[in-house]
Amino acid sequence: MQIKNILKVAFKSILKSRMRSLLTALGIIIGVAAVIVMVAIGDGAQRQVEERIASLGSNLLVIFPGASNMGGINRGAGSINRFTMEDVKRIQDEATLIKAVSPVVRSGGQVIGGVGNWSTQVLGVAPNYLEIRDWPLAEGDFFTEKDMLSNAKVAVLGKTVVTNLFPNEDPVGQQIRIRNVPFKVIGVLSSKGQGGMGNDNDDIILAPATTVLYRLSGGRYISYIQASAVSTQLIQAAQDELTRIMREAHHLNPGEDDDFTIRNQADITEAATETSKILTILLASVAGVSLIVGGIGIMNIMLVSVTERTREIGIRLSVGARTSDIMFQFLTEAVVLSLAGGIIGVLVAFGAIFILNDYSDLAAFIKPEIIILAFGFAGAIGIFFGFYPARKAAQLNPIDALRYE
Amino acid sequence: MDRTIIELKDLTKTYIVGEIEVHALKSINLTIREGEFVAIMGASGSGKSTLLNLIGCLDQPTSGEYLLDGINTSKLSKNEYAHIRNQKIGFVFQGYNLLARTTAIENVELPLMYDRARRIKDPLKKAVEVLDRVGLSDRIYHIPNQLSGGQQQRVAIARALVNEPSLILADEPTGNLDSVMSVDVFSLFQKLNDEGITVVLVTHERDFANFAKRIVELKDGRITKDFAIKDRLLAEEKYKKLLEEVDD
Repeated sequence: MQIKNILKVAFKSILKSRMRSLLTALGIIIGVAAVIVMVAIGDGAQRQVEERIASLGSNLLVIFPGASNMGGINRGAGSINRFTMEDVKRIQDEATLIKAVSPVVRSGGQVIGGVGNWSTQVLGVAPNYLEIRDWPLAEGDFFTEKDMLSNAKVAVLGKTVVTNLFPNEDPVGQQIRIRNVPFKVIGVLSSKGQGGMGNDNDDIILAPATTVLYRLSGGRYISYIQASAVSTQLIQAAQDELTRIMREAHHLNPGEDDDFTIRNQADITEAATETSKILTILLASVAGVSLIVGGIGIMNIMLVSVTERTREIGIRLSVGARTSDIMFQFLTEAVVLSLAGGIIGVLVAFGAIFILNDYSDLAAFIKPEIIILAFGFAGAIGIFFGFYPARKAAQLNPIDALRYE
Repeated sequence: MDRTIIELKDLTKTYIVGEIEVHALKSINLTIREGEFVAIMGASGSGKSTLLNLIGCLDQPTSGEYLLDGINTSKLSKNEYAHIRNQKIGFVFQGYNLLARTTAIENVELPLMYDRARRIKDPLKKAVEVLDRVGLSDRIYHIPNQLSGGQQQRVAIARALVNEPSLILADEPTGNLDSVMSVDVFSLFQKLNDEGITVVLVTHERDFANFAKRIVELKDGRITKDFAIKDRLLAEEKYKKLLEEVDD
């Protein structure tokens, strides 16, 4: 029998009992839709985490001080503070795979200005810090090398600080006092939103590293160094280069451990996405179970259908249908049913995700390959669960099938 | 015209029902030549339907040989059996056995769908042609429910004819029909036989058996009588007579 005819017969017999076919396909529809929606939610969560980490900056490398090993006692990262502005300068001069490097001096405290006061974090950084963090200004200017050299008391405010201190006026040009040291506001950062760990990226004031170092924190050590590699492919090479420069700068002998730790963005991303990946797998496997249950539904209905249509099978056999013709016919019916369920399931999933994204902040999104996967799985279930009923139908003796009441 | 088409040698068929063996056919020897019109008669349970099913390759004998057109069928595979049913035999059943909710034309086309040799190039045209031959050219898109018993049996006969078989088998083809319709169906069989098709049918009514050229009687699984009919009745004349009676 030709494929065209087989499909025609399959569609006809599916359409003959519409309600039953719909209910059978419903198992597959729900299964496919559930798998796609669950995976989409998981992927969406993963992508959100990745985006937040990407908001740290492009090709970011962070050098933390510490991991000092004195007399065999490892005191962990940051146990001694040994980065100075010289280290930054040395990286700037020697590194070839680093696009930009900036010291970060962490400070903070009560800030007074505008309509009130606000406790926030103050970071002392270099003029190219915004380039490393991939963070544009909303208005005003950023400080320059000249401001760095003169320890200028200028500051750039994050959006959250602006909202709290200058809700109704333009902060640029205004005076603020950070821990009683007067600063002039020269710019406002654009909003960067929530950080990778759920912190507020915009609750921040940036000032020249030298100013913060000498006027606020009152030391000569900087907290950590941020650098940006020239390209994503060269992150590992840049990391190796930084390690070499830092070891030379700190006069470490070949056998000695590093007294610093370098982390790149990939490390941080990996750690954070691992959790959401596990979540995705968990959700998808729960949904996959429902797909298998749907398949059993198809098998059940096909078995009923074989019994019900025994006479029809007998008629077909009596006019010369082969065992393989009958088998193929029932198998086609099962596959058509499950693939139709698959198509509807994909559409339902699209609808569900559209509504979900509209009414929640899940940001679920569908990868094309998951549609193909769910669809292929539906087809495979049709073949797998259709095989037994089809074989049962095909092996009937023509005269027994004809006599069946 | 006397080529042997069916040759049964020592054919037996035994059913096992529970622990009891039922000997439906006991050592049947029968030869049917091309162009014959044979009526198999017998009381119910005499094995006449079993015999026809064996001839029609719908069932397999327990022992003995069955040569169809010179081919020994006992050595054939399931697929070869299907091929014979499709190519050489047209089977007409008592209960019509048409596919429900399927138009007459689609029912008639059914054997052509399973014809792997594709002898008939245009199945649709051929189906229309045979429906016309059985006098149903104005009913081709009717489904079985919309047709009378006689018309349904005509569709079934058209289906049996569509693959141009050399042998038509009919198991009580008029069992569900009234006498007028029955005679009408027999006139169709006679017409087909006149065209050269071998017809073997089962009936338990003597009146109808007389439309055949030869009668084979079965009793308890054995052939008890086998004789030719000298003055064969013409179903068409009888049909006309019956119609006149109805009009009166």
